[in-house]
Amino acid sequence: MKLGEGLVYSKSHEWVKFEGDTAWVGLTDYAQSELGDLVYVNLPEAGDEIEVEETFADVESVKAVSDVYSPITGTVCEINEELLDSPEKINEDPYGAWLVKVENVTAKEELLSGEEYEAFVASEQA
Amino acid sequence: MLVFEKSKEGRGFSSLPACDVPEVLPKEEYRRGLELHLPEISENDLSRHYTELAKKSYGVNDGFYPLGSCTMKYNPKINEDMAGLPQFTEIHPLQPESTIQGCLEVIQKAEEYLCEITGMNRMTMQPAAGAHGEFTGLLLIKAYHESRGDHKRTKIIVPDSAHGTNPASATMAGYSVVSVPSMEDGCVDLEKLRAVVGEDTAGLMLTNPNTVGLFDKNILEITDIIHECGGVNYYDGANLNAVMGIVRPGDMGFDVIHLNLHKTFSTPHGGGGPGSGPVGCKEFLAEFLPSVLVEGTEKLTLKKPEHSIGEVKSFYGNFLVVVRALTYLMTLGKEGIPEASQNAVLNANYMMNKLKDIYPMAYDEVCMHEFVMSMEELKKGTGVSALDIAKGLVDNGIHPPTMYFPLIVHEALMVEPTETESKETMDKAIKVFRKIYNFAITAPDSLHQAPVTTPVTRLDEVEAARNPVLRYQF
Amino acid sequence: MGSYVPTTEKERREMLSEIGFQNINDLFSHIPDEVKVKDGLQIPEGMSELEVRRKIQKIAGKNKVFSQVYRGAGAYRHFIPAIVKSVISKENLLTAYTPYQAEISQGILQSIFEYQTMICDLTGMDVSNACVYDGAEAAAESVAMCRERKRAKAFVSAAVPPYVMEAIKTYVFGNEMELEIIPEKDGITDIAYLQEHIDKTTACVYIQQPNYYGNLEDASALETVIHEAGAKYIMGVNPTALGVMKTPGEYGADVAVGEGQPLGLPLAFGGPYIGFMASVDSMMRKLPGRIVGQTSDSNGKTGYVLTLQAREQHIRREKASSNICSNEALCALAVGTYLSAMGREGFREVAVQCSSKAHYLAAELEKIGYELQNKTEFFHEFVTNSKAPVLKVMEALEAHGILGGLPLAGDREGQILWCATEMNSKSEIDEMIQILKEV
Repeated sequence: MKLGEGLVYSKSHEWVKFEGDTAWVGLTDYAQSELGDLVYVNLPEAGDEIEVEETFADVESVKAVSDVYSPITGTVCEINEELLDSPEKINEDPYGAWLVKVENVTAKEELLSGEEYEAFVASEQA
Repeated sequence: MLVFEKSKEGRGFSSLPACDVPEVLPKEEYRRGLELHLPEISENDLSRHYTELAKKSYGVNDGFYPLGSCTMKYNPKINEDMAGLPQFTEIHPLQPESTIQGCLEVIQKAEEYLCEITGMNRMTMQPAAGAHGEFTGLLLIKAYHESRGDHKRTKIIVPDSAHGTNPASATMAGYSVVSVPSMEDGCVDLEKLRAVVGEDTAGLMLTNPNTVGLFDKNILEITDIIHECGGVNYYDGANLNAVMGIVRPGDMGFDVIHLNLHKTFSTPHGGGGPGSGPVGCKEFLAEFLPSVLVEGTEKLTLKKPEHSIGEVKSFYGNFLVVVRALTYLMTLGKEGIPEASQNAVLNANYMMNKLKDIYPMAYDEVCMHEFVMSMEELKKGTGVSALDIAKGLVDNGIHPPTMYFPLIVHEALMVEPTETESKETMDKAIKVFRKIYNFAITAPDSLHQAPVTTPVTRLDEVEAARNPVLRYQF
Repeated sequence: MGSYVPTTEKERREMLSEIGFQNINDLFSHIPDEVKVKDGLQIPEGMSELEVRRKIQKIAGKNKVFSQVYRGAGAYRHFIPAIVKSVISKENLLTAYTPYQAEISQGILQSIFEYQTMICDLTGMDVSNACVYDGAEAAAESVAMCRERKRAKAFVSAAVPPYVMEAIKTYVFGNEMELEIIPEKDGITDIAYLQEHIDKTTACVYIQQPNYYGNLEDASALETVIHEAGAKYIMGVNPTALGVMKTPGEYGADVAVGEGQPLGLPLAFGGPYIGFMASVDSMMRKLPGRIVGQTSDSNGKTGYVLTLQAREQHIRREKASSNICSNEALCALAVGTYLSAMGREGFREVAVQCSSKAHYLAAELEKIGYELQNKTEFFHEFVTNSKAPVLKVMEALEAHGILGGLPLAGDREGQILWCATEMNSKSEIDEMIQILKEV
C-alpha cells in the first residue's frame, strides 16, 4: 500500500491535501486496489456544497458502484474533468488523481496521518 | 461477422408489390437527409446469419440450465403453437369489444387461474415483466394510502437479502427504502423488523421462499407486524415455483403480488424478454389497478377500475405471453400445478444432498426449489472463485448457476434445477459439479482460463465499460 | 392431465429415500399448517395436449380477424416477411436467458448490438439501449431519465397518443416529477404556449412526430424553444416514418423513443411490443435498461457483453434511475431481422407506400364528404369528420370484414382517425369508399 506526500486520510479511505482553506480530495491507493479497475466516476458540479461524512461522488467498477464520502465540509470549486474520460487514472496514480478541489473548508472529520492510516488499514484487514 | 459487414450494394430481396397509387410524400422540409445504412443482403445469407447466431447461444433447449431464481423450466411447444394462432396475432388492440371476445376470455381465464393459485381477488396482465409488476404494485400501495388521506407513509421496508430490483422499484414509486438486516439464515429478523416499522411505513416487500431458497416460517408474524402498523404487504413472486398449490401468498398475509409468467408459468425468456408480470391484489386494492379489467360472463367487457393508477404501458399487457401461460395452466391444472412445485423442491433437495459433502452449503437444511453454495472457503484455499467454477461448467455443457447472488452469501452459486429435468440429467450434472471441484483442487489454473470450448473466451468487460463501443460505425 | 415432470414414480421414491424422506409432502413439513392450502386448488383438472389445443382454438375462434384494417393509433398492421418468424422461433435464442454468461450468449448479444446500430441509423441518434417494454413505457422512462437536481418539470404535448400520456402520468405519480400539458392548437402542439411557460426548472419536453392525429409538428421551431430554456428535447417517433422522414437526430432531439411494433411484430392484441430508446452521446449513461457493447476476449477476438451495468438496478439498487431488468430481446431480434430483410431500399419503400396510400385514401374520402380536420402535413394517419353517425359507419364496414378508422372521443367526438399502410391495396381502398358512400 502506497501513501502520498503531505496528505491526511479518512477512515472511509479518502485522502485530503490542505493548502490554507483549500483542499483536494481523492481516493487512497488502498481504496483503488480494493475497488478494482474503475470504469466511471460520477462527480459533483463546481459550486456544490459538500459535507463531512456525506457522499459527494461515486465510482463504478464493472460490477459494483461505491459511494465516496466527504471528509470535509466546503464548496467544490473545481472537479477533475480528466477523470470523466479516464477513470483509470485513479487506479494508475491515486494520489495524483484528485476528484474535487474544495474551498471555504469549514469543518473536517478526524483525519489520520499516513502512519495512523496504515495501522488502521492493517487493523481492518485483521 | 456483423450483418452490416455482409451487406453488398444492390443486393436484397423484394417483398412488396409495386405501389399501386401515385407516390406522395410530405413536403421536402419534413424528409430525412441522412442516409440509411440498413443491410442489403440475400434471404439465404440472412437466414444463415441468424442460424450462426443461434449456434452461438444457449437456451433451455440446449441443456441443463440451473440458474437460481430464474426458474429456467422447459418451454412447452404447444404454448408456441397457441400463441401463434392468427386469431390472436392478427387482432388489433383497439377493435370493437364484440370482435375480441376470445382475447378477453384468455385474459379472464388466466386471471381466474392465477388468482386462485395466489389467493388474490383481482389481477391485471398489463405489466410487462417482474420489475414492471413491482413498480405497479407499489403504486397501488401508494394510491391506497393517498386515497385515505394518509400522506405520512413514505417508507418501504426491504430485507437486505432482496434482489436489487425491489429497492429500485420502491425508489421509482417515490418511496425511501428501509433495509432490514436478515438473520443468518436469510429470514426476517422479527425484532429488527419491529424496530423499523411505524406510522411512516407504507409497506413491506418480501419473497417467500426467500432469496436463499428457504421458507420463512414466521411469515404470519411478519405480515401481521406490517398490518398492525397500517402497512401493506407486497409479495415478490420470483420464487412462486416452490409453493404452487402448497401455500398461497394471499393466505400468508400478502395484499399485493406480482408474478413472472416467464419463470413460473413456462413461457420462454427469449434471451431477456418479452416476459409478463401480472399484478394481483386483494379486494381493497382492486379499485386502483391499472389498465382495464375483464368483466362479465357471457358477453365480456373491459372496464377501468374506479380509481385506477392509469397505465404502465400500452394496451393490455404482453398478451401472447399470457396465451402461453394459460395454455400451460390448462394443461397442468388442479393436480399438475402442485406436482410441478413438489418436484421442483424434490429435485433441488436431491442435488443439494449429492453435492453437500464437497460443496459447502450456505444453509444446510431442507431447501425449497433452489439452494445456495458458497465458494468462499474454496477461493481462500485454491484461488478458484464462484466465477471460475461457473465458467468451468460452461466447458462441460451446463449453464452456470446464478453467481454472486444473494449478496449476503460470499462467493455464492445458486442452483435451481426446476421440475422439468430428469434424474439422468441431474445425475450427469452432479458428476460434472464434482469433477470441476476436483479440478479446483488439482489444477486451479485451468479453471481461471475457462471457458475454452466457447466461440469466445472471457471478455474484457473493463475495456467495454471504459471505452463503450455500442454500435457499428458505417 | 398434462405434465412436464420427467421423473417416474419409482425414481421419485428413490430420490426421496436418498435424502431421508418417505413422502414428497414431507419436504414441506416445516411450513406452518395454518398457511397451507387445505383442499387443493379450485381450478379445473389438467388436460391432454389435444384437449388443450381444441379448447384454446375454440376461444381464439371467438375473435374476429379483419381482412382490411384502416386503424392505427399506436398499433400498425404491416407486412412481415416469413424469415422473421423463422428467426425468432430458433430455440437456442427463444429459450435462452438474459445474456449474462457472455461466452455462451454471443448470438443474442450480437443480435442486440446489430439492433442498437439499426435504431441509431433510423433515428439519427448516437446511442441506443437494448430496448424496453413498449413505446409508452419508453416515453415514460425517457421523461424520468431527463430529470436533474434543479430540473424536475416535464412538458408533454396534448397531441401525444393517450397511452403515452397515461404512462407518463403514471410514472410521474411514482417519481413525483411535475407534469404540465402543452395544449393542442389546430391539431399540433401549441408552441406559443410552451414558449410562455417553459422555464429554468423544466427538465424536458416530450412531443410526438407525427403526433397522435397523424399531423406533423413544427419540430424545428420546438427545438429552438426547448433548447433556449436549457431543457432536453424528447421526440417520440413512428419508426416506419423514419424510412423517409426527418430524424430526431436532424431535428436536434436529445432523446428519441418510440413503439417498435411496426418493425416486424404482429398486432397481437397489444403485445408483446418493443420500446426503443436512443440518445445523444452525452446522455448515454442516463439511458435505462440493458446496453450491449463490443470488446475483445483474452485472445484478442471480437466479442460482445452487457456493459455500463453499474447504471442498473442489480448494482445500484435504490439509487438506480430505473428498475428495469429485462428488455424485449426476442422482439429486438424480430426488429433486426425485419429491418435486414426489408433492407435499405425495401424499408424506404414501405414508408413511401404508407404515405402514398394514406394520401390516396384521404383524397378519396374527401371526395365523398369526409373532410380532413387539419391542414397540416401528415404521414400515414389523419383525421376526418364523419358523414354519417360514426357507429353506423363502423358497423357497415365491419359487415364487410373491414376495420375502419378509430372513432375519436372527447372534443373530437364524431371524428375518425384513419391509417393506411402498404397492406392496403388501391382496389381495397376503392371498395371501402364504395361502402362508405352508401352509409
